Amino acid sequence: MPPSPPPSEAVYNRPNYLTADRGVWSWLVTLDHKRIGVMYLVLTTIGFALGGLFALIIRLELLTPGPTIIDAQTYNRMFTLHGVVMIFLFMIPAIPGIFGNFLLPLMLGAQDVAFPRINLLTVYLYLLGAGIALWGMIHGGADTGWTFYTPYSTTTTTKVAPILLGAFILGLGSILTGINFIVTIHTLRAPGLTWMRLPLFVWAIYATSVIQVLATPVLGMTLLLVAIESVFGFGIFDPGRGGDPVLFQHLFWFYSHPAVYIMILPAMAVVSEVVQAFARKNMFGYKAVAYSSLGIAFVGFFTWGHHLFTSGQSAFNAGIFGILSMFVGLFTAIKVFNWTATLYKGAIQFSAPFVYFCGFLFFLVFGGMTGIALATVSLDVHWQDTYFVVAHFHFIMVGGTIMAFLAAVHYWWPKMFGRMYSERWALVAAGLIILGFNATFIPQFLLGNMGMPRRYYSFPERFWPLNVASTAGASLLAFGFLIVLVYLVVSLAWGRVAGPNPWDSRGYEWDTPSPPNKENFPGTPVITHGPHEYQDTEDGGAGSEVTHAA
Amino acid sequence: MNELMRTLLFLPEQGTDYARSVDHLHYFVISATMLGSAAVFVTVIAFVIVYRRRRARQSTPVVEPKPIHEAVFIGLPLVLFLVWFGIGFPQFVALQTPPKDAMDVYVQGKKWMWKFAYPGGPSAVDTLRVPAGRPVRLLMTSRDVIHSFYVPAFRLKQDVLPGRYTQTWFQAKEPGRHQIFCAEFCGVGHSAMLGEVVVMEPSEFDAWVANQRRVVAAAQDSAPVPSEDVDVRTSLVDQGRKLASEYGCFKCHTVDGTLHIGPTWLDLYGRREKLKDGKWVVADEGYLTRSMMDPRAEVVAGFQDVMPTFQGRIPAPEVAAIVEFIKSLRTSTVRPEPSKGPVYAPIPPAK
Repeated sequence: MPPSPPPSEAVYNRPNYLTADRGVWSWLVTLDHKRIGVMYLVLTTIGFALGGLFALIIRLELLTPGPTIIDAQTYNRMFTLHGVVMIFLFMIPAIPGIFGNFLLPLMLGAQDVAFPRINLLTVYLYLLGAGIALWGMIHGGADTGWTFYTPYSTTTTTKVAPILLGAFILGLGSILTGINFIVTIHTLRAPGLTWMRLPLFVWAIYATSVIQVLATPVLGMTLLLVAIESVFGFGIFDPGRGGDPVLFQHLFWFYSHPAVYIMILPAMAVVSEVVQAFARKNMFGYKAVAYSSLGIAFVGFFTWGHHLFTSGQSAFNAGIFGILSMFVGLFTAIKVFNWTATLYKGAIQFSAPFVYFCGFLFFLVFGGMTGIALATVSLDVHWQDTYFVVAHFHFIMVGGTIMAFLAAVHYWWPKMFGRMYSERWALVAAGLIILGFNATFIPQFLLGNMGMPRRYYSFPERFWPLNVASTAGASLLAFGFLIVLVYLVVSLAWGRVAGPNPWDSRGYEWDTPSPPNKENFPGTPVITHGPHEYQDTEDGGAGSEVTHAA
Repeated sequence: MNELMRTLLFLPEQGTDYARSVDHLHYFVISATMLGSAAVFVTVIAFVIVYRRRRARQSTPVVEPKPIHEAVFIGLPLVLFLVWFGIGFPQFVALQTPPKDAMDVYVQGKKWMWKFAYPGGPSAVDTLRVPAGRPVRLLMTSRDVIHSFYVPAFRLKQDVLPGRYTQTWFQAKEPGRHQIFCAEFCGVGHSAMLGEVVVMEPSEFDAWVANQRRVVAAAQDSAPVPSEDVDVRTSLVDQGRKLASEYGCFKCHTVDGTLHIGPTWLDLYGRREKLKDGKWVVADEGYLTRSMMDPRAEVVAGFQDVMPTFQGRIPAPEVAAIVEFIKSLRTSTVRPEPSKGPVYAPIPPAK
């Protein structure tokens, strides 16, 4: 690897994939995986801002025990929209759509993904699905919560159908992305890139794609069944017509629980790369981390029943699902311990992506531990459907994913756009966001302990102080995100030129200019070393011999 | 120790022995997980300080784990998880298995109220009276959508499903009052679907049940069937106020003119209302009754079609009482004399 030049001599690579073709049309019909990644970055960021706006309205409404700014029906719509938008328009597509697309071919030494046209199609499916769902939101909006539990969702007077259809189309896009990535990883690896040399990012994206392909069709079927019941009057979920209301919950969570891993596995993918790059260390227990991604993907299919402990399913079922849920915790624990051990004997650079790695670790461990507590069946009875559960999944799923998303944005920003952001502002914003997140959700854990159920428009006065604390935290969080948006946009025009590899990372994707050329590589690259080996990066280094931990 | 941990974790009072034992597991799990998390964080911080980067492009050795490391990483959490499950699962099974000698109470959830019926005859809305120290089994079903019966003080929650009966049980320790929440989202009135468990001394409870039986039996002799707690000697307006509160009318309708889920009752009687389909209607006794029995037929413009029907659920005399109550709600200075109710000699409850 050539040594990177000092910052003052770094060159902005031109022409690159951003400037090679000009005009809006060249973007609309692009097949370049890097441009598609950038489009996903813009679209999912808009989705995140929208979902965040709904979250702020919810938190403002909960500032006082009674009505504050909106009525009960509007409040119910707001938390439904917050859930639907954040999950289907941000959490599921964000990291695979942006970084999966941008990095997968670069990491594999390929010129593009296996099916570039299908890749572009997923962007339009995203736009179509989001458009239909938004149309439904403006024309009434649903009040069912993102879980659409029957028979409430089949009897409500609000417009559920457009949002279901939107989710159905977004699901189709998700399946296509999954297939595309699986085929790409199987067929387009460069010579020398064996499975055991794959970056851990690729392993986790692979596991994610498997879940997307296997689980998302079940969501489609479930949404269709709801539509058939409400349009044709078949009794599928409605007990009045011979249906079973709990059947919906089983089908829904059969998708939606694995969907949690569609959100968190890409986050783990990012974190595995970031920790290696900023500790300048190979992954401690590469195989354990790689296989535990597959383990989570596998076990994740058999844990859905832990959402139904109080639904009237048998105690025997509850026990089985409780035990299986703990296995997810086990695989996650393996990853956490290996990431931590990776720091051992490393050379740690404490910069913005690493701060987000620490934040991720905190939210994952703390949130994951509360997950184990929830899987302990008798404890769940008190917490089910309370703010404890809300805080739990916001910590692990949202906290984890947002931290990893921000880590990825900060780590790969110079690769994507060739310029550096302000490190000082990045650290300030990271601190604010982590602080704000804790201030928002730690009070919600305590509210759950006190017994405040979720989706409550009004609440008894004893819950008031903690709700105020949570709202205060949410505003801090929003402020932190705004700072990030501002300095990143500023850096696009005025940022210092980064050069090909500002972090001196040995991830394969950094062996390209920044921003990369339209054609990723001049010829087919040959991979000769494992990812992130830093034993011989300076003269008189420790040598290439593999040593064992003491 | 118990009290300290309970306060630190903001947990509500422990109304049953079950709640106490669940809390003890809670303390164990939370302490162990917090210690474990803290250990991870301290390790990370220590590594960040000790192994900070000293030179640009610094080389580091390749370190790979021995099998024993991964075995410890897997084994340590696995043992802890299994211990917790080993304690928690039997507790859950106990919660799902009511004792054979438990007293039954039938619970019906509907938008947005709880109805409790005792096999002996009495029934009540939103207030569940139970004796202390005796096991109570709840047999629960829903009339409309899924609700969830939740008493934080008992660490007890069970979904209430339409078309199915679910059960749960508890044994309250001592007399007191505990809040009931609905924990499964059920619409605009979800957060107002509150109730109360009133735990009574067993002797008081027995006296209450006996008295309720007499009231019901006496009432059944006469044609009108007033619901429990309604003293037929009071005026119809007073009865109506009480009944409206029991049937949950006030969750959507106000009596002071403020806008809520349904139209306010203040000055409602005799008002000309514009309906959703553009027609006009005068809110007279006939319209008010029709609106209770078939609320979807004539929805006032600007309101959601969310009111459930009360057809067959409110006996005719009670409808009359509620209508009289609505008629009595006037703001005008010239206050019309409210109806005094039908002239008949009330049947005194047998003592």
